[in-house]
Formats: sequence, C-alpha cells, structure tokens
Amino acid sequence: MKKIASVLLSTLMAASLVACGTDTSSGEPAAAAEPASNDAPAAEVVEESAEGSVLNIYCWNEEFKSRLEDHYPGYEKVDATTGKIGDVTVKFTITPSDDNAYQNKLDEVLPTNASAAADDKVDIFLVEADYALKYTGAEPAVALDVVGDLGLTSAELANQFQYTKDVVTANGVLRGVSWQGCPGVLIYNREAAKEVFGDDDPAVVQEKVKDWDTFTATAAELNAAGYYVTSTVNDTYRVYSNNVTSKWVEDGKINIDANVMKWVEDSKALVDAGYTTTAELWSDDWSAGFYPEGKVFAYFGPAWLINFSMHADDPDSIGAAGGWGAVEGPQGFYWGGTWVCGAQGSDNPTLVADIMRQLTTNESVMTEIVKADSDFVNNKPAMEAAAEDDEYAFAVLGGQNPLAMFVAGADKIDLSNISPYDQGCTEEFQNAMKNYFDDNANLDEALDLFYKGVEEKYPELTH
Amino acid sequence: MSESAIKSNGTSKGMNIHARRTLSYIVLILLSFLCLIWFYILLINATRSNAELGRGFTVIPGKWLLTNWNNLRSGTLPIMNGMMNSIIVASLSAALNVYFSCMTAYAIHAYNFKGKNAVFTFILMIMMIPTQVTALGFISFMGKLGLMDSFIPLIVPSIAAPVVFFYMKQYMDSNLPLSLLEAARIDGCGEFRTFNSIVIPLMKPAIAVEAIFTFVASWNNYFTPALILSTDKKKTLPILIAQLRAADWLKFDMGQVYVMIAFSIFPVIVVYLFLSKYIVGGVTAGGVKE
Amino acid sequence: MSDKKYKHQKSGKVVSYNKWGYIFLIPFFAVWIIFQFIPLVTTFYNSFFENYRSGLTQVGPNFIGLKNYVTILTNGDLINYSKNTMIMWIIGFIPQIVFSLLLAAWFTDPQLRLKGQRFFKTVIYLPNLIMASAFSMLFFTLFADSGPINSILVSSGLLSAPFKFMSNVTAVRCLVGFMNFIMWFGNTTILLMAGMMGIDQSLFEAAEVDGATATQVFWKITLPILRPIFIYVLITSLIGGLQMFDVPQILTNGTGDPTRTSMTLIMYLNKHLYSKNFGMGGALSVFLFIITGILSLIVFKVSYAGEVK
Repeated sequence: MKKIASVLLSTLMAASLVACGTDTSSGEPAAAAEPASNDAPAAEVVEESAEGSVLNIYCWNEEFKSRLEDHYPGYEKVDATTGKIGDVTVKFTITPSDDNAYQNKLDEVLPTNASAAADDKVDIFLVEADYALKYTGAEPAVALDVVGDLGLTSAELANQFQYTKDVVTANGVLRGVSWQGCPGVLIYNREAAKEVFGDDDPAVVQEKVKDWDTFTATAAELNAAGYYVTSTVNDTYRVYSNNVTSKWVEDGKINIDANVMKWVEDSKALVDAGYTTTAELWSDDWSAGFYPEGKVFAYFGPAWLINFSMHADDPDSIGAAGGWGAVEGPQGFYWGGTWVCGAQGSDNPTLVADIMRQLTTNESVMTEIVKADSDFVNNKPAMEAAAEDDEYAFAVLGGQNPLAMFVAGADKIDLSNISPYDQGCTEEFQNAMKNYFDDNANLDEALDLFYKGVEEKYPELTH
Repeated sequence: MSESAIKSNGTSKGMNIHARRTLSYIVLILLSFLCLIWFYILLINATRSNAELGRGFTVIPGKWLLTNWNNLRSGTLPIMNGMMNSIIVASLSAALNVYFSCMTAYAIHAYNFKGKNAVFTFILMIMMIPTQVTALGFISFMGKLGLMDSFIPLIVPSIAAPVVFFYMKQYMDSNLPLSLLEAARIDGCGEFRTFNSIVIPLMKPAIAVEAIFTFVASWNNYFTPALILSTDKKKTLPILIAQLRAADWLKFDMGQVYVMIAFSIFPVIVVYLFLSKYIVGGVTAGGVKE
Repeated sequence: MSDKKYKHQKSGKVVSYNKWGYIFLIPFFAVWIIFQFIPLVTTFYNSFFENYRSGLTQVGPNFIGLKNYVTILTNGDLINYSKNTMIMWIIGFIPQIVFSLLLAAWFTDPQLRLKGQRFFKTVIYLPNLIMASAFSMLFFTLFADSGPINSILVSSGLLSAPFKFMSNVTAVRCLVGFMNFIMWFGNTTILLMAGMMGIDQSLFEAAEVDGATATQVFWKITLPILRPIFIYVLITSLIGGLQMFDVPQILTNGTGDPTRTSMTLIMYLNKHLYSKNFGMGGALSVFLFIITGILSLIVFKVSYAGEVK
C-alpha cells in the first residue's frame, strides 16, 4: 500500500512538471492511451520538441524485437536489426548475455548516454529481474522515471501485476515496465499421479504438494514407484528464493535468508534419499523428464516453459500427448520476464513512452500478444478474461486452462526483498551448494565457496 | 636380466617388424578415430532438431539439416558477414604474423649487432607473459586510441608474436645456413631482397606450419574479439555462435547452434587441407645442407 | 658481377649489413610496445590501486600499495589454482608428448614403411580446428549423467548406476587433460615433424644399413636433432598450459567445480574481470607473470644444461 501511495504521490508531483509532447509527430499512431498526455500537456522534459531520428534499443535477444515488429502499430521492418516507425529509424543492438557481456555493454554506454551523439543515444534498454535494480536503483539514475519522466499515469499502469512493478521500482520510483508476467505453477506428470496417487485431478495433486513438508513426504511415495519428485534440486530453487523475508545483501553484508537455507536442507535430504538429482537446468539430464522414460513427477515453471520448452513438438514427449497437469504447488513464484526501461538522455521520450503504452498498457494490443505469442501478458483483466475462455486451454496440459492459477499466483508474488546483487548471489549460491549436495563439500565449506564467489564478483561486500 | 633384455632387443629388430607395424597401425587408427569422431558428432547433430538433440546422441543423421540452416539464415545474425570478417581477420593475422616473425628471427639469426643477445633473451622473456595478463590494460588503451570496434587490435598485434618468432629462430638454426646468405650477398642481392626472395622461400615448411596455427587460433579466438567488437556486422563467427547460444529460451535451438558450428569449421578445414600439403607431403627444407 | 663482389668485400659494408639487424627488428618492437608493453605497464600500475566497479558505480582508483598482493598471498587461492592448473596440464601433456614422439618416430622410421601416412598426418591436427568452446560443449553432453558414455557403461554392465563425471574431482581433471591432449597432440607432432624435415633421410638409411634398431635410431639420431624443437614444444606447452582457460571454463560452466578443484589461474583472473577489478586483476597478473617466468627458466636451464659440449 505504501508503495502505491508513494507512486501516486510522485505522479502528482511530476505531472505538473513533466509530460510528453502532444501528438506532434505525425508518424505516431493515435493510441488508446492518449488521455494521459492530455491530462498534463505541460513542459517538455527533454528540451527539443523535435525528437531524435534514431531510436536505439539495447537488448540481449530477439524477443522484444519480434513483439515490437508484430504488435506496435505502424512498425515497419527494414532488415533483421532495423525498422522504421514513421520517420524514426529503430535500431536494435543485440549483445548476448554470456559472460556478462550485455551488462558490460550497458555499463559502458548508459552513464555517458546524455553526452553521446544524437544518433548513438540509447533510448530503450531491456533488463531481467535478477539485475534490474542495478539499473533502476543506480545513482545517478540511468533509467527514466516511467511516471515522472515519461508521463505514463498510475491509472494506465493499474492493470499490471504488482510484482512486475516491484522488480523495477527503486526508492519508490518506477523505472521500467513489462508486457509479460511470468508467474509459475507446479507442472505434474499425470501418468505418475494416476499411478501413485490413484488420481490425476489437480485438487488431489495439490493436496500432495501443498507445502514443503508434504512435498518431501510425497517425494518418498513417488520414489517407491520409481519416480523422481523433480528433475533436479534447481527446479525448486526459485520457488524458495522468491519467498524470502530478507535481502541477499543487508548493510554491505552477505545475508542468506531462512527460506533459502530451507531449500538447502530440503534439497540435501531429497538428494541423499535419491529422490532428485543435482543436474543443471537446461541440461540434457534435466530435460530427460520431458519424456515418459525420464520418470520425473514435476517441474516448476511459467506459461512459456509449458508452451515452448517441454519439447511438445516431439511426438514422443509427454507434452505432445497432453500428459502434464498444473497446480499451484507449495509456494508462488515467477520465472523470467523482460522489462523495458527508457534510458536517461534519450532523445525520443515521446516514442519511448508510446511504445511502453502500447505494449504494456493497451489491453487490445496485449490480448493480441496473448493470441499470437502465447505470452502471459501483464494485464490482469485481459488474463482474467482469458482464464474463463476455453480457447486458451493448454494442449500440453491435456486441455486444462491454468490461467486462473497463474493470475492468482502473480498476485501472491512478493518482491519487496530484491537487491541489485541477486543475479550474482543466486548463481554463486546454486553453484556452491551443488558441491554440498554431491558430497564434495560439507555445508560450511560450501558456504565458504559461496562467500568467496560473491566477494570476487562484488569486492565491496563482506560476510 | 639385462642380458636377456639385450637379446630380445637384438632379435626384435628382424622378427618384430610385423608386430611393430601392426601396433603402430592400431595406435594410429585409434588416434584417428579419436580425432574424427567429433566431426561426425557435430555433423549428425547439425541434422537434428532441438528436441531430438535433448534426447541424447544417435549415430543416424536426422532430417532437419535444411530446416536448421534456413532458420539460421532467416534469423537476425549476419552469419555471412561473420564469415567474411573471420576470413579477413584470420588470414591477415596469419600473413602478418609469419612474415614479421620470420623477419625478426632473421634479424637475430643473420646479423651480428650490438645487443643482439640481449634482444634475443628479452623476446624470450616477453614470450612468458600470458596474453590474458595484459587484457585489462589492452582494452582500456585501445579505447583511448579509438580502436574499439575495429579490426586493427585483432590483426596488427600478431606482428609481434614472440612464440612464432622463437619457432622461426629454432627452425633457422637447423635449416638456414649463413653460408647461403653470404652467397646471396656476393650475388649482389640487397638485404631486404635477400630476405624476401631467398629466406622466405626456404622457410616455407615453417611458414606453413605457423600460418595454419595462427590462422586457426585467430579463427577460433573468442576472448579478444568479444571485448573489442560490438557492431553486429563486424563480429566474427565465434561471437555470433555465442550469441546464438545465448538466445532466449523461446527461440533457443541447439540444431541451429550445431549448423552454425559446422558452417564455421568448414573454411578452416579447407585452409588446413590446402596448407597441410606443405607439412605432410614430406617437403624437404630445400636449399643447402651444411 | 665481379665489380660488385669487390664492393661488398669492403669492411665498411660489413658493418652496414649488420645495421639491417636493427631495421628488421623495428616492426616487432613498434607493435609490441603499442599493443603489449603499454597495456602491460598499465596492468602492473593498476595493481597498486583499489579500482573496480560495483554495478554502475566506479570505486577508486585509490592507491593502496601492496594490499592487493597481500590479499592474494594470504587467502591461499593462488597456490590452489596454480596446483590445479599444473595438474591438469600434466595430465594432458604426458600423453601428448609421448604420442607425438611415438608418431614422429614411426613416421620417420624407414623400416616401418607405414601406408596412409598422409592421411594420418593430416587427421591428427584436425581436432585443433574445433573451437574449444564447441569441443567442451560436446564433452559436457557426452559425459552427462544420462549421456551416451554413461548409457554405454551401464548397458554393457560395467557400471550399475551412471557415474557422475562432473561431480568427481579426478574425472573432471582427467576430462580436461584428455581434451587438451586430443586438441594439441597433432599440433605437437606437426612441430616435431617439421623439425625433422631438415634431417637428411640418408642418415636413417645409413643407420639401417649399420644395423641400428628403431630404438637406437630414435634415441641417437631423431631425438638429438629434434632437441631445439623439443625445447620449443616443452616451453610453449607449458606457457599454453598456464594460460589454460576455455576448456575447463566451459566444461564446468565457469565454476571450476567440484569445489573449485578444476579452477585454473586464468579462470580466477576472469572472475576479477567480472567486476572490472583492475586492482586485484593486475596483482594477479603480476603473480602469473612471475610463475610463468620461473617455470620457463627452470625448463630452459634443465634443457640447456646438458648441451654444453
């Protein structure tokens, strides 16, 4: 509540100072969100009324590009990495996230963006949740205030899921938006449920996995029938880590939350009992469970995992036969998502704001995205409507429509405890704990490895 | 004990020639298998879809080669530019590298000047500096020179390659008699011309060897280009492969990755097979024997 | 012709030949100073500062004297990672040099008259053409818990349950060593063969006529002639081994696990590049330089010690 109040307050204060120009650029579509700019047709935050002729977008993959190409009204594709919106050339600069290359690139250009040549100025950059705060919380700011600088109103943003705003909110200021939500569910193998529980009805299954202790007990039951409860310990990691009550770093000291330690305890017990493995996500060992002979009971994942990653295009897979089911599982969580930030120093704020409006607040565009790309979009009414609609039943889930579950899950996610160090800490923690699970180190040694790894990445931290 | 050892050693010569030949064939065939199997796996994998790849390895090719290739071509990665860039960078690096390494080695080998030994020792010492050690300073200095996102920092430094220099020097010691150079001088060749028209041809086997090594090393180099190049159209193949592997999970496709790897190995194989005739054909050093 | 001959024999000209020594050294040193020496000096200079990035914030540079060096020396990592690097290098280097010498000996042995030499000589270098990253990717897949190697081992009855290669210290180190061996033995063999091209084939034939055994030919003729190239191979492999990076990096996903027992010195340096830690990275580079220097000097001394005639 406090957060919403502060966002409102800053909106009011900013509205009088700032707004985006009215419809001066003819190339721009008269969008549904116009009332916002009409409310506050005041001064321009970026001096010139004539805006830049090149819109530079920095990203690490092609997802946002294809959304923009397919759904932004008036976007014309020129070639693989350029396009046109009216007179403005849209240029995508794609840097892979391997070896931290993408963030290094941002670190290099963003702080000096304001003084870059007009055509080289970054206008939009994309971030992921794990490191969003590094950019949205930077001092001095490198991302534009969505409300204060870009003029989106909190009324327009009201339909977005709160957690998607929490990810990119620093000190009460919203500095990014997303068109998608990635709440996750527990995806279970129906065949296994029938065999072990005698029933594959979601209500029955949910009873068996309603909290972590029940989950562990169920794991023993599944093991007796030859099933792994999950493919690997890393499947459950984000479910625990999304439900923490403290941050990875408190006052410059590395801090391990109790729920994350619970993941370690629970997982160690599961591995020692042979109920699960320590394979890496996305490895072949992990995806073995997408097939019946992999003998895996459950995966944890959002809509995109179900639709695109469970090898449903392979006729032998469980997904192709619609053999999966979805339940809420022990705790709510999210996985993935891309956030759109406007860059400080951008010379195209009007266009940036309009892209944000169209893709993340315009219900009709967003419904279109659901239909075309099977994204779970960041718009509650649109998703609630879809949840009621049999047209959106998931084939992989044997015709179950899990959207209501996703909506409920998205509402439950609480991200008040994210920190700019999440990416590095999460990665180092999982790597270090693998040594403990595999009996190559005891818990203290594994924790030391973790501290060492984090302190190498972030020399300013101690433990 | 030793007596019988000597005996068996003595008799082994005639008797065991067949056994030794068989043994060497077995070892060679095994090693060849270990060398070639990877290419087979890569090729097979290039013909399979992402889902098939996730299910482990098979010996029979799949049917996805064309699909994978078309997906790769229709993607955003400028792979043809990447191929051109890699060819430019690798061949220029290799050419500059062998030519100037020969020149440096020749300077030490053929002339007597003050401080010659000091220079030789010095180059051997700097050979021991790991390249990664200077990476931090290299990037920031290239930034200051305005050479970021340019091929120059990838090509020109190969002129100063202590390791290749050392090889050329060792090779000259055993294959380039000074008497030959004196003969050239007597014939009235200028020093520069002697180097170009007499020394270089004599160094052919060594040049072929090091040209391949440098070409391959530069072709497969990811570390430096990834730090220097940022424009998509200037990127070399290893960076594009990394980019393909970093694709979002919705588009992630190992089939494409393998096709791309196969695509980028192909030119090196051609270059290697072309140059290898200088190495494996039993070319002698030519020239004079001391 | 004879005029020129006279000219060249003037003593002044002899000196002027030698000035070409300097001239031919110019390109090397000009390039070296710009692209290696200046970066090297800045790297060393940086090692005396606290200088890194935290997110978008630049910390430093603040002069802190030898603090970075003290940190590296006191936390014990340097010794561990040097040990790891050397162990993995040796695991790969021993088979590499043994097979290279063996092949070189066989290929030059006139008695054996091996058929298909061209083919074998061509094939052995091929693995080096595969990018180390692609090669590691293949190995990772092959040796996965449910990968083909495990299925073969289990279905043939050699193992009752899949062996977790990636969780076993020895297995990971051996895999890294094995990959380096496969990638580099061809390279070494080619170097040795190129070194032998200058050897007069008649030497071998003469030895054969004199009734020398293959072993004798190898130790008495081949090896002594190979000596300069052999030293070269030894030193460059050592330097290459100390710089070992991409194979273990990709095979272990940058972690050097289990418990950092396959973390090499350069992987460790790479960890400091993440935070653009020029201070610690610089200090570590100085240590790397010293370690490489000492080891190479030892190799030099040992290999040239026996050469005094």
